[in-house]
Amino acid sequence: MNYLLRRLATFPLVLLGVSILVFVAIRMVPGDSITAMLGTEAGLLTPAQRDSLAAYFGIDQPWFVQYWRWIGGILHGNFGISVTYGRPVLDVILERFPLTLELAVLSMIIALLVGMPAGIYAATHNEKPSDLGVRIIAMIGQSTPSFVLGLLIIYTLSAGFGVLPAMGEFAPLWQDPLRNLSQLILPAITLGFAFAASVTRIARSAMLDVLSDDYVRTARSKGASARSVIWRHALPNALIPVVTLSGIEFGYLLGGAVIVEQIYALPGLGRMVLDAILQRDYALVQGSVLFIAFNFMIVNLLVDLAYVALDPRIRLGEQ
Amino acid sequence: MTPLLSVSDLRVGFGRNPKANEVVRGVGFDIADGETLAIVGESGSGKSVTALSINRLVDFGGGRITGGSMKLKRVDGTVFELAAATEPQLTGIRGAEIGMIFQEPMTSLNPVLTIGNQIEESFRLHRGLTGRQATAAARDALDRVRIPDAARRLKYTPNQLSGGMLQRVMIAIALACNPRLLIADEPTTALDVTVQAQIMALLAELKRESGMSMIFITHDIGLVAGIADKVMVMQNGQAVEQGELNQILDSPQHPYTQHLLQDVPHFASGRATRADGQRDKAANTQPALKVDGLVVRFPLKSSFFSRATGAVHAVDGVDFDLMQGETLAIVGESGSGKSTTAKAVLGLVRSTRGSFSVGTRTATAERSAKPVQMVFQNPYASLNPRLAIESILGEPVIATGGRVDAQTRARMASLLERVGLPKNSLERYPHEFSGGQRQRLCIARALMLNPSVVVLDEAVSALDVSVQAKVLELLLDLQREYALAYLFISHDMAVVERIAHRIAVIYAGQIVEIGDARSVLSKPRHSYTKKLIAAVPTIDRRCEHFEIDTRQVPSLVRPQGFEPAPAKWERFGGDHMARVEA
Repeated sequence: MNYLLRRLATFPLVLLGVSILVFVAIRMVPGDSITAMLGTEAGLLTPAQRDSLAAYFGIDQPWFVQYWRWIGGILHGNFGISVTYGRPVLDVILERFPLTLELAVLSMIIALLVGMPAGIYAATHNEKPSDLGVRIIAMIGQSTPSFVLGLLIIYTLSAGFGVLPAMGEFAPLWQDPLRNLSQLILPAITLGFAFAASVTRIARSAMLDVLSDDYVRTARSKGASARSVIWRHALPNALIPVVTLSGIEFGYLLGGAVIVEQIYALPGLGRMVLDAILQRDYALVQGSVLFIAFNFMIVNLLVDLAYVALDPRIRLGEQ
Repeated sequence: MTPLLSVSDLRVGFGRNPKANEVVRGVGFDIADGETLAIVGESGSGKSVTALSINRLVDFGGGRITGGSMKLKRVDGTVFELAAATEPQLTGIRGAEIGMIFQEPMTSLNPVLTIGNQIEESFRLHRGLTGRQATAAARDALDRVRIPDAARRLKYTPNQLSGGMLQRVMIAIALACNPRLLIADEPTTALDVTVQAQIMALLAELKRESGMSMIFITHDIGLVAGIADKVMVMQNGQAVEQGELNQILDSPQHPYTQHLLQDVPHFASGRATRADGQRDKAANTQPALKVDGLVVRFPLKSSFFSRATGAVHAVDGVDFDLMQGETLAIVGESGSGKSTTAKAVLGLVRSTRGSFSVGTRTATAERSAKPVQMVFQNPYASLNPRLAIESILGEPVIATGGRVDAQTRARMASLLERVGLPKNSLERYPHEFSGGQRQRLCIARALMLNPSVVVLDEAVSALDVSVQAKVLELLLDLQREYALAYLFISHDMAVVERIAHRIAVIYAGQIVEIGDARSVLSKPRHSYTKKLIAAVPTIDRRCEHFEIDTRQVPSLVRPQGFEPAPAKWERFGGDHMARVEA
């Protein structure tokens, strides 16, 4: 408990660092909101018009004043207004986030459901042809770009079976679960495939390590069956690397999956952030980067808590 | 009467072509009910593979039974051929009829399961017990191996128990279903000598209680005297000699058995100490190394920001001096602070307090830039595998600002020759050498800078007994030749007896007894020294029984600012003195 509080206390420090980085980084990119919005027509503005627009967006002030205003706003729960959407940043993010979260969760479920058994299977059939097969598929899965796989899935389904992925307006889970799943299942498979490949590889190598450990030999000397040795003795000890990897991948997915969102025309966080950068929508970029960083920290914390649950030797808060 | 287990012409091979790579080549023995057979041999002799073949665990390590038979008499009187058994048949026999304990208790238990859970598993597998019945059975099993407070310990995970306790848990698991054969594969090798004595006593007692048979595998022929009825000596995958215990120990026939009994150091209660190089009391020479009031503490902090709440007193006020050409052995068990003392002398850990002075060499010899050098325990881990021997030997020279020139190379060549390695060693890499050769390399490296003091931290402990004897011989020769002072850190009393002039016994970070080696070993004064010496196995002590003692080593953690009371010493003639006990 104490540990949890201390960990949470570090969050503001990290977020402060992230906020400065993103604030400076986005301003180092040439161009500003006005040119991004008006394009070449921006050149037609009179200096007076330009100044008043700049004042309207708040970009006439020195950067530290802008930063101070922004941070001050955040402390009052105000992340600013997105210039492209004309709405509060937080509203825009929270509207997109459920889809991204759902997609990340679905891909992870697919990755674990496929990757864990495949990894265990390969480890218990070490150096046999079936192990080689699993390893080759995993290698392909890790090295195939998601747009290739995504397009391949769409093409196969439409050309081969005449089925089209459900397009159109995105239906949130709580409004129309069936339609929602039919919209998300293919993107989740696309993302989950590479994820599953990584899980397979790490699960295989972790299991191989563990299967040669002394306590596995002890379990066998007790007369434990092959199945019990794998599931009861070896697997719990092989989970830590899998949890580490899954946590990192899941954290990345929470930041949005630009390419897959683009291919399947999904309104997720990834595309939104990309658009915001292209539009120099400073408030939205800054707000979403902070949001993503916060999520990543939460995932990391959960991963650390999972370690404790998995391995009694790990005590939090000790060196 | 049919023996419990009858092994004949057993052959076991490894790899793709097991017949061509046999590591056990035609081993046979019989074990009657209630009998203990000790299998003695060095690493690579095939003793462990033989043991693992009996319950066919060898299959999981890539081994194949390539010939011979292993007939087990089952409970119902039928005879079962283990060599041809299928895996499902074997799972019914492992744990139920053949139990096994292993060398490393620290790694042999599953770290994520409670020990209760792991003991219950045996009862569940072979007795069909579940729930409360299994828990009760597990508690009884822990009681049986004399673990105090069994009900509470069931909920512990392995990381919460010491090595000796874990080995008891392992024994409890192996004996849970009253197997009629227990295979013990070097069960005490990883344990301290006093803990070893307790485990041996426990095994002997449990064997008497249950009437089981036992196969006891060890590299230490001294250890078998206390427990075995019959002995089989193995070398290169074959049994070179087997027979009754007394016959093997008293009139060994095979040269290898004779070698094991005579050339290998065995503890002789101070009768085998050195006669050469004794301290010259008249000469008023400066010590090669003098340590005064050494204190090493590691502060305990719960987090980076909080203040220290206490400290681990690893070394708490150690003083000694070491003369040129003399060996001071520091003996103690794991956690006693002996290695920390060595590291502090070399500056590898920072000492909290205390002073060192390193004396100069005699006028004729060249003075070294680094007068104290070290040889570590594990020769496999202490040589960088990516460096050729030339670079490894050149490292100390470079570290002191020198260059590898013709003179340095000449020194390398002469040292290599001196430690008994071939001339062409310089271009080779560590993996091309055996364990004993690697330790010779480490010794050569330590001598590169012409030191006056060499710290040997368990320098021969990882070596096979006969290699150990040769390396010890080399160390003695080098000491006489270069008048080296050795600080010899060891837990092995037999080795210490051969090399030490003086012995310091260290317990819980403090020296409890120090003095002339013969005097300390033959007439120990402090209760801990007595206990330590009584626990050393020797070939003279046959079937001697130890009291079972379940006391734990005291904690070295002290509150912040704690200072131990100054030591009071009692003198016993000469320089032999012991700390007065409270």
